[in-house]
Amino acid sequence: MRSLYNQIRVIFRPAAASVFCAALSITGCSYFPMKKVDAAVKAENDRKPAPEFALKDASGKTVKLSDYRGKVVLLNFWATWCGPCKIEIPWFMDFEQTYKDKNFAVLGISLDEDGWDAVKPFIEQKKINYRVVIGTEQVALLYGEVDSLPTTFMIDREGRVAAVHVGLVNKSDYQHDILNLLEAPLPERGGIAIESLLLRTK
Amino acid sequence: MALLSSLCCFGQNSNVLTIAPPERVTAKIGASVEVKLPLELRTGYHCNSNKPADEYLIPLKLTWTSGPLESPEVTYPAPQMEKYSFSEKPLSVYTGNFELVTKFKVSSSAMPGQVMATGKLRYQACTDRMCLQPKTIEVSIPIDLIK
Repeated sequence: MRSLYNQIRVIFRPAAASVFCAALSITGCSYFPMKKVDAAVKAENDRKPAPEFALKDASGKTVKLSDYRGKVVLLNFWATWCGPCKIEIPWFMDFEQTYKDKNFAVLGISLDEDGWDAVKPFIEQKKINYRVVIGTEQVALLYGEVDSLPTTFMIDREGRVAAVHVGLVNKSDYQHDILNLLEAPLPERGGIAIESLLLRTK
Repeated sequence: MALLSSLCCFGQNSNVLTIAPPERVTAKIGASVEVKLPLELRTGYHCNSNKPADEYLIPLKLTWTSGPLESPEVTYPAPQMEKYSFSEKPLSVYTGNFELVTKFKVSSSAMPGQVMATGKLRYQACTDRMCLQPKTIEVSIPIDLIK
């Protein structure tokens, strides 16, 4: 159901933007893009825990989502045969490089049926700098079937799903989500996170 | 209109590629017969041809199981070379309606009557913004064998 909602949301975004721009032509709609992106990140009360999983990375090490608690995670379901996924990979590498020291991580879950036979050469060829694991049907089901790729979940530092993107979206949408979640107050401290201050002073 | 048709189709991803009812096929025992498999891809989707340009792409492939119909030779239609927003180069794809043709040899020891040609069609479909997981469809075509 959520998958359906997000697919509709992705399709409706450009259409809705056009309608609003036309309707608000008197006041202008230059502010609309920011409002639109804000809507992608759910309010804290609306976020649900991201399902836990344990999957192997390329070195055979078990990776659990709970290992990332305290970090903002960009969890990307993808496959080597998925063209739109390949557009996003350099963006994710850029995010990993830029924010890895600010409690952020990209985690790729490949849904390639051939597993590492297909994925390892691809990772080497593209020089992917973030962690990739091989997904299973069970994990895909936990995340709402994930029939369409790419599907990306933005997970906040408390391990909750803050946003879902189905299909290819703009790099700026991800960027905005990441900054929004990194700038959120840390729950333990009840104030502005140190990372957030660092981001703002850059 | 295109937007509305896209919305109507959500939740039916498994039916992105459909097989239209094939024409009734009659074959002579001991002779060859051509079987056409008409396919239709949902508007806005494409699937890779049987020979995609990129090694990572999954080709469309029709395979037949053995039976009284022997030595299947599948002929795929000429692909379209289409450029999509996610690809630097045009991709070798099929869109809309297209047809796969299989030539069978009917075993000379086959008995008159109806037999089923059964096989599997594997494909992987995308739009210009997302891809669906590879799917395999069971194919079954009745063929009347006559002397």
